[in-house]
Amino acid sequence: MAKSPSLFGATFRRDLLLAFRHKGEMINPLVFFLIAISLIPLGIGPEKALLMRIAPGILWVMALLATLLSLDNLFRSDFDDGTLEQLLISPHPLYLSVLAKVLAYWLATGLPLTLLSPLLGGMLSLPSGAFIALCSSLLIGSAAMSLIGAVGAALTVGLRKGGLLISLIVMPLYVPILIFGASAVTEAARGNPFDVQLAVLGAILAIALLLAPLATAGALRVSVNG
Amino acid sequence: MNWQWFHRLGSPRWFYEKTDAWVPWLVILAWGLLLVGTVWGLGFAPMDAKQKDSYRIIYVHVPVAFISMACYYIMAIAGAVGLIWKMKLPYMVMKSAAPIGFAFTIIVLATGSIWGRPTWGTWWEWDGRMTSYLVLSFLYLGIIALQNAFQSRDTADKASAILALVGTVNIPIIYKSVDWWYTLHQPASLNLTSAPKIHISMLYPLFTMIAASYIFFTLVLILYTRAEILRRESKTQWVKDLASGVPSKGDKA
Amino acid sequence: MTSAPVLLELHNLACERDERILFSQLNTRFYAGQAVQVLGPNGSGKTTLLRILAGVSREYQGEILFKGELINKVNWEFASELLYLGHLPGVKKSLTPLENLRWYAALQGAVSDAQLLAALEQVNLAGYEDTPCFQLSAGQSRRVALARLEFSKASIWILDEPFTALDKAGIAKLENRLIAHASAGGLVLVTSHQDIRFPQLQTLDLQDFAENSTVGENAHG
Repeated sequence: MAKSPSLFGATFRRDLLLAFRHKGEMINPLVFFLIAISLIPLGIGPEKALLMRIAPGILWVMALLATLLSLDNLFRSDFDDGTLEQLLISPHPLYLSVLAKVLAYWLATGLPLTLLSPLLGGMLSLPSGAFIALCSSLLIGSAAMSLIGAVGAALTVGLRKGGLLISLIVMPLYVPILIFGASAVTEAARGNPFDVQLAVLGAILAIALLLAPLATAGALRVSVNG
Repeated sequence: MNWQWFHRLGSPRWFYEKTDAWVPWLVILAWGLLLVGTVWGLGFAPMDAKQKDSYRIIYVHVPVAFISMACYYIMAIAGAVGLIWKMKLPYMVMKSAAPIGFAFTIIVLATGSIWGRPTWGTWWEWDGRMTSYLVLSFLYLGIIALQNAFQSRDTADKASAILALVGTVNIPIIYKSVDWWYTLHQPASLNLTSAPKIHISMLYPLFTMIAASYIFFTLVLILYTRAEILRRESKTQWVKDLASGVPSKGDKA
Repeated sequence: MTSAPVLLELHNLACERDERILFSQLNTRFYAGQAVQVLGPNGSGKTTLLRILAGVSREYQGEILFKGELINKVNWEFASELLYLGHLPGVKKSLTPLENLRWYAALQGAVSDAQLLAALEQVNLAGYEDTPCFQLSAGQSRRVALARLEFSKASIWILDEPFTALDKAGIAKLENRLIAHASAGGLVLVTSHQDIRFPQLQTLDLQDFAENSTVGENAHG
């Protein structure tokens, strides 16, 4: 660190460090993902052909729910201890600071979820050809979901109990990501190409990358004022 | 350039007094057109060859579907105007539009479901359009829930305006992706809105109903907004004067 | 004092929250070298005023000028000249004091770890730099936040209740720090429930700008 660190880098590193110090918060959504997926065969029976058929959709829906669980933490502690105010009034662009926070958040939540997914895919008898599709679609999809979810987290951070409300306002916005993510895995399981779905997910990620931090920044200003 | 008219638009009182005169006319126009359109559509438009009389529900379903989508954009534009120019009135319009839009989406889903019964033989079908409107109703619910979650009205207004704007970016994407999802899963089954070859004589009453619905929606939005204005401005002198029946000061009779 | 440059200038500043007017017609100037205590009873808008001046809140009518320019036109320059310490200390509990300060150092740029350690020593936290902040007392946590004053390059300090949770020695030390900053040509705006008294301290009473202010109530000079 010869050069003075930028706020982007400092915020990114600080949030990763915080995620590392609070390992429980990082691991809980993964445990949720694991248990929820294990409930499916218990609920519908262990018949392989049926599990194989519904695996792509179930994996994606559960992954989506798991990402919602940790969303409330994204700005909550910053809001409570006052570092959010300091971020807002710093001379550095809030867009980049938000991006740094979301990036660290995604590395701590979305990426582990993606890495865990093949294991759970195996539990649901997902055909081996679909594992690459599962991982790549979750990798892109969870990043887009983190960005969009950040808007919801920023809007509700001023509320004492924002947790359920975030899910309410964010879930409908996740619909396109779910459709294309699950479809990529389904097509791959059938042995079909899935590059179109990934391309669309990439496009959604690009739009989210451009616009979501702007909305998040605006929402943070509103919440801090409230 | 004279911007005075624009800033007047931001004044709730100006809006309240201006719309006073419009309301009766809108009531007459809306009910008149609704009556003409309904009688025309139900009584005089020709019967459809395939769907028989059941197609006639489009005279409610289609106009209401138009409006429930348009209402979201009106809501979001109002929110954006409020955010950008820091005016009070647009927020009141935005807050009023959310429950109206939600009600219209529910009517779309209900009429679609009633139509689905004879057409598909089931009350609910995961049809592309119907699913889109289901998601749209969730978006409205989110706005309403967020609006009600805050104690501070200013915060509630701004937060829901931001959410509405995020929603407008999302709606076309949701719409397209649900469409795509539908064709992927059920290719080429009967599509509600485009399949029946609509004869021109069926279209005139439809246009009448669309116009009637837009006017009806405008009327309801104005009435809701007027109620919201009175609620929010209840402490101001002009509302107090209004409530006590005194002609307010500064009114040029 | 009047020959000193004007740092902040308020023109007809007013703030309204949910139809309630906190203060209005607030016209004043803050000069380099001043230390000003903002006074007023609970709910008079002290915190709100400081949050507006710090740029946390943008809910105000009227104008704020920084060195003669509208504040929203010179946002970057102003933000770089500002140090704001709010009600909430802005200290992360699970980080150590040093880690906390490193993040603040990045806000302002070009501060070495040695400077940060010196700052911690200044606020009597030497030896605690690697203790997570949740193990520190309330007063010690406050001092972590106050350590920012030691390496700050900002000329305008806006401090909301900085004396909270400090012991006598800490209060005296902070007072001296504020005096030193003002005499070095900085500007200090501060609120406090504790009695703080030093000769250079000036006051701004928000009751004078309240909606229905009555002159008789303001008994202090």
